[in-house]
Amino acid sequence: MSTRNIERPVVGNPGASKPEIGLSPDGRSPSLPTVKLTFAEQGYPGRLIAVEGLDGSGKSTQIYLLKRWLELQGLKVFFSEWNSSALVKSATSKGKKQNLLTPTTFSLIHATDFADRYERQLVPLLKAGYIVLCDRFIFTAFARDVVRGCPQEWVRGVYSFASLPDLTFFFKASLEVSLARILDNRPSLKHHEAGMDLNLSPDPYESFRIFQGRIFEQYLAMSTEFRFLIMDANQRIEEQQGIIRRLVSTHIDLDQYRVAKPS
Amino acid sequence: MPPARSSRRKPATPARSRPTSDAVIVPRVTPKRFYGHGIPRVDAEDLTGKLIVVEGADGSGRSTQIARLVQWLEATGHHTIQVGLKRSTLVSEELEQAQHGNILSRSTLSLFYATDFADQLENTILPALRAGSMVIADRYIYTLMARDLVRGVDETWLRNLYGIALAPDAVFYLEVRPEQLVQRVFAKNQSLDYWESGMDLGLSRDMFDSFLRYQSLMLETFRRLQRSYGFDIVNGEGSPDDINAELQRRIEDVLRGR
Repeated sequence: MSTRNIERPVVGNPGASKPEIGLSPDGRSPSLPTVKLTFAEQGYPGRLIAVEGLDGSGKSTQIYLLKRWLELQGLKVFFSEWNSSALVKSATSKGKKQNLLTPTTFSLIHATDFADRYERQLVPLLKAGYIVLCDRFIFTAFARDVVRGCPQEWVRGVYSFASLPDLTFFFKASLEVSLARILDNRPSLKHHEAGMDLNLSPDPYESFRIFQGRIFEQYLAMSTEFRFLIMDANQRIEEQQGIIRRLVSTHIDLDQYRVAKPS
Repeated sequence: MPPARSSRRKPATPARSRPTSDAVIVPRVTPKRFYGHGIPRVDAEDLTGKLIVVEGADGSGRSTQIARLVQWLEATGHHTIQVGLKRSTLVSEELEQAQHGNILSRSTLSLFYATDFADQLENTILPALRAGSMVIADRYIYTLMARDLVRGVDETWLRNLYGIALAPDAVFYLEVRPEQLVQRVFAKNQSLDYWESGMDLGLSRDMFDSFLRYQSLMLETFRRLQRSYGFDIVNGEGSPDDINAELQRRIEDVLRGR
């Protein structure tokens, strides 16, 4: 298997001479390359599968069942969750608790968390030939941060060190179903979760509805560009899992990911 | 013998470092801009204060100059706020921990520093400027960018990241040759700092050697950044008095909107 171009753009050759990049006349930063490649296209031996969608769309259930299926076949699998890097966690929770976060710092602190997991876990595992499962990937940031008012090009630029997933499942449930699932289970909504920082409504429930609705629109707007595999999240759990397993085995040659048995 | 009271002010001072009257200069408001996209919902036109940045390596005399500038600005009637790297409420402790363990990889550390910067920008710098204060920054995005550039981080990526930054009214880079810098650091601390010696880069296992090579790379990078960001390079090897007089003169120009 080819291993060309494994290096990502962020880390290049220390001390190498760089072309002079001036500010463009309008004072905007120069634009970053918009064409991005998947891990497979970059020549990584591993594969990354991401699930995206609103809270309550059932994506975590589905990725858990996918993980069990792959593990039970004896494949090399690793699972990673959004916003879970240990070091960044204390800053994130402090910021959220004290409502210290602005759209920009909210975006940057999540990018820091993502970068930490990406550089220390995901990339090494993908180089070692693992199937990496991610509950949320960069698209969560693309959707949320833009809804919070960060410019789309800026957010995408910040995350441009990351390659694209090989498969992205987007769980499209009707907004009302997702809202009902969340609001039924967790009656008290956290400040940022409800998008209260956006002043959409003084009522957390109403704010949450508007906020989630806008995120949903962002996801839909990205779905063609990033080749989302759209799942009908209103279907039964088993129906969805059946589809996912079929798609995964069609797109990925699973036999390659078996844990090597001592001979 | 105590000096006799006199209606006259002090006798004419030799240096131009002190204003000769009680008249307080009201700074002229000049247009501000962000380097890139800026901060959501912040209008640069509301910012009536002035942002002045002092850059330079440890040992370049930054802190001395800043202390004197703050004193001078307050003496001449300007409310002054100081900011610096790693001082945010949000992530400064975590950054400190991360540095001690040397456990973060490059983009992560860059983003952590950018978060610290953004937090101070939004919660300290912009509100102070909106209130019409002088903000003196002990280093700014240029140090953060230079450190990353020396470590091979992509320049386009950094420029987009720091497109959130406000372009300062004046930036002074106190330039001191690495050979001189190392002497000053020893005179003060008797030891070299791991990060300021760039030991993480593996330039040399000898710390003294690594310090000189790392600081030369930083100096080159600052000169390169100077060409695109256009800040003032000040010879940091002159006498502290001369340097301060020069900074005061340039800041007076800034206050007059020149």
